[in-house]
Amino acid sequence: MYNPFSIEGKTVLVTGASSGIGRCVAVECSKMGAKLVLTGRDETRLNETLSMLEGPNHTAIVADLADKESLNAMVSQLPVLDGVSHNAGISKINMIKFIKEEELLEIMQTNAFSTVLLTKQLVAKKKLNKPSSLVFTSSVSGNDCVRHGESLYAASKGSISGFAKAAALDLAAQGVRVNCVNPGMVMTELFKSAQDASMEDLGELKKLFPMKRFGNPEDVAHGVIYLLSEASSWVTGAELKIDGGYTLM
Amino acid sequence: MTLDEFVQNFAEQFDDTPMSKFNPSTDYKQLEEWGSLTALSIITMVDAEMEKRITGSNLKACTTIEELYNFIQAL
Repeated sequence: MYNPFSIEGKTVLVTGASSGIGRCVAVECSKMGAKLVLTGRDETRLNETLSMLEGPNHTAIVADLADKESLNAMVSQLPVLDGVSHNAGISKINMIKFIKEEELLEIMQTNAFSTVLLTKQLVAKKKLNKPSSLVFTSSVSGNDCVRHGESLYAASKGSISGFAKAAALDLAAQGVRVNCVNPGMVMTELFKSAQDASMEDLGELKKLFPMKRFGNPEDVAHGVIYLLSEASSWVTGAELKIDGGYTLM
Repeated sequence: MTLDEFVQNFAEQFDDTPMSKFNPSTDYKQLEEWGSLTALSIITMVDAEMEKRITGSNLKACTTIEELYNFIQAL
């Protein structure tokens, strides 16, 4: 059957695979016939994800991408890749006057610096096929809109999107495409913990969405699959907003 | 942090409400300036200054500043 959206047989690295969007991307990619290499910090939860995958020959490497040594060791173990879905990320709700430098460093290291350093290592160690596709999970926050208390998260996600454009330009000649997905509010543990810290009523918040629901991880995973597939072979440096119309209003 | 210091810190999260409105028995949700932004400021103040985590639900459940202080102290 004609299917330009197929990722069958592609070798794909998924970071942040122990939970949330990363876990869902891994599961959906396996259902589409990709061969997955998973990475995440939590060995137990990473193995849980591994057990959820369909098909044979998937592997998992425990690594903390905020730690340079751990990141480099993980990249050294990788096969040559056709695609990367980079999801490792944390959130922190804070007001400007209470920002602590260590919190700023932690969120920038995990969300933004890891994106830059992972890309650098993949290129330097020749782990990317020609062609290949890198897909970073950014956010509408910091790129299309922002909510109260999100300054650190927005700064880190804006950094990811800025870097993606520059990487798309620099790596185009090597056949490497670089794109972002920008999810709105997606029902993950990260979202629930951030939401719990704020005063907003979920029912009221849902009314702000033209589609009248929050996102599911699958909504994002399917966007990632499009950007990993040959269907997007002329798409690079783009941001795919997946937000149920939230930023239209 | 003493109760008096907590009341002072609580009051500092408000821009337009005079200090005279704040005391241990203030019913903070009745303040005109109370809302999601001031609530978020209180949550992050408690995190930064007291190293305790509270949620929006905790703020809804308490009535006076002293009640909130006692709740946080018990965490």
